[in-house]
Amino acid sequence: MKKSWWKILSFVLLIYTIVGGFLLDVPHLFILNETIRNLYFHVCMWFAMMILFSISFVYSIKYLRGFNLRNDIFAHQFAAVGSFLGILGYATGTIWASYTWVTDQSQSLGSILKEPKLIGAAIALLIYGAYFVLRGSFTDIDKRARVSAVYNIFAFAMLFPSIWIIPRLVGSLHPGAPGSDSGNPALNFKDIDSRLRMVFYPAIIGWTLLGVWIATLKIRLQLIKDKSLING
Amino acid sequence: MGKLICRFWLVSCCLLLNAIAFAQDKPEMADVMRSNGKIYVVVAVCLTILIGLFIYVFIVDRKVSRLEKENR
Repeated sequence: MKKSWWKILSFVLLIYTIVGGFLLDVPHLFILNETIRNLYFHVCMWFAMMILFSISFVYSIKYLRGFNLRNDIFAHQFAAVGSFLGILGYATGTIWASYTWVTDQSQSLGSILKEPKLIGAAIALLIYGAYFVLRGSFTDIDKRARVSAVYNIFAFAMLFPSIWIIPRLVGSLHPGAPGSDSGNPALNFKDIDSRLRMVFYPAIIGWTLLGVWIATLKIRLQLIKDKSLING
Repeated sequence: MGKLICRFWLVSCCLLLNAIAFAQDKPEMADVMRSNGKIYVVVAVCLTILIGLFIYVFIVDRKVSRLEKENR
């Protein structure tokens, strides 16, 4: 165990997320009812994913600046854990949507399948899926690191249009789309209720730190495995 | 543990009062579930999962640390 204060912080924040997230009062909203509490879990998955992908992106750039294989391992593992969180976010979103979007009179399963936010998120995750396929298809280590670093930068650049911009340009049931009068529902201080914020922000930090912890474990294992390749 | 249960009860009493105060003309929330106290079952289950997860990650972390020491 090294530098473990943030690991403890992650533990404490997530305990608080679950206890506070289930027991503290939340705004009383129609249709959503108690499911607004999913904000502490579903939305946090995407936030943690964004942060991990950003870290991965930075390490890819660092790799391309110095061609140090260490940075390639960092970029790879952060992207891996980020994708995992993204898949969890997608799965939880499916459950949430099936109980809140379908109940609306005009909504059916068909209209949900056409939902731009879902398609955008799927595209983003598939682009990252292709990153791992690309990595696996190289036998030459340096070439693999170089090409996948470039591809990772492209994937990160595609992430924003596909999950943030396009769903907000076209209509979407997801909060934050035009029509619902919220700009960015999670970050807008006027929009999100202060009772939600009290748990929501600690929850983001907690889940992100847990993701970073798992990523560092994978990185350390990979560093041990590839010790002969990395000099310094 | 006793302290924790005390705090749970405190929160539940507060929520009960809240439920009585905002009785009608509101979207239906899980007040009934809470007055039965069964939301705590969910909290306990989730806490168990979370603590189990953290113990697992902690053990893996220790194992990796040991491997690092051996490989040095």
